[in-house]
Amino acid sequence: MQNKIIHWFKYGSPQSFYPLAGKMLPWFVVLAVAFGLAGLWLGFFVAPTDAVQGEGYRIIFIHVPASWMSMFLYLIMAFWAGLGLALNTRLSSMMASAVAPTGALMAFISLWTGALWGKPMWGTWWVWDARLTSELILLFLYLGFMALQAAIDEPRRADKAGAILALVGVVNVPIIYFSVKWWNTLHQGASVSMSKSPSMAVTMLWGMLVMALCFWMYSIAVALVRVRAIILERERTTEWVKHAVE
Amino acid sequence: MQWNSVGEFFAMGGYALYVWGSFGVTALALAIEPFLLRKRQNDVLDSLRRERSADERQRNPS
Repeated sequence: MQNKIIHWFKYGSPQSFYPLAGKMLPWFVVLAVAFGLAGLWLGFFVAPTDAVQGEGYRIIFIHVPASWMSMFLYLIMAFWAGLGLALNTRLSSMMASAVAPTGALMAFISLWTGALWGKPMWGTWWVWDARLTSELILLFLYLGFMALQAAIDEPRRADKAGAILALVGVVNVPIIYFSVKWWNTLHQGASVSMSKSPSMAVTMLWGMLVMALCFWMYSIAVALVRVRAIILERERTTEWVKHAVE
Repeated sequence: MQWNSVGEFFAMGGYALYVWGSFGVTALALAIEPFLLRKRQNDVLDSLRRERSADERQRNPS
């Protein structure tokens, strides 16, 4: 009984998570590449031309997955940061820091592809509507989290300050998600809804979902590499790190 | 498949700038991030190795 509990918590320490993350990494890299190739093939060669937007709609295959990831990753970052704040566990806070730059990248891709999609379809790169503005705020939250942590020398204090910012910022995620319902926006409604059947062709939907899986696997792989680097940087004075490097 | 030629594929029905601008920048971003991370990991490992060999030299100077 006791054994089981110890075994489970074992991976909560940076020392045992470091090699585990190294072992998990190749799987996520392979899955990311596989889903990426399948998603691109579905998106460019299987999905039909859109009746209204022609070939321009194909931006959806990265725009929607990147937007989803930017929101998911924020929730994951806030979860780890909050856990680190509540339980004072080092690894949780390191995970939060490892997710932030990738989340910021996803928010950037979402805005960039959104602008390139908005120009031909709406006639403008940018409008200050609720969806676009709240997504821009999400990007600033990520950048703010990273800047705040970088500005504080002592890592544990940086973790705590970052966690509070991350947790306060969580309120923005439902605002982004529901913005198209709550306000009258230029941005269209949700592409995929739980309550009604999707309004797009099945192959388009599949292409989007497979690309979303690719973005998930990519994000996990990148976060694992980054958390390993962070572990080494922060634990460099410990004996195990000295022995880990031969 | 809706493409009759390679040229048609790259033209994207007149949306080439927007579609390839999106996919190109995304591909670039998803290539640069792992590259920078690899560098970051290698930098830490290098400095740890240097520190280790400096320690060893200090302990048994030859």
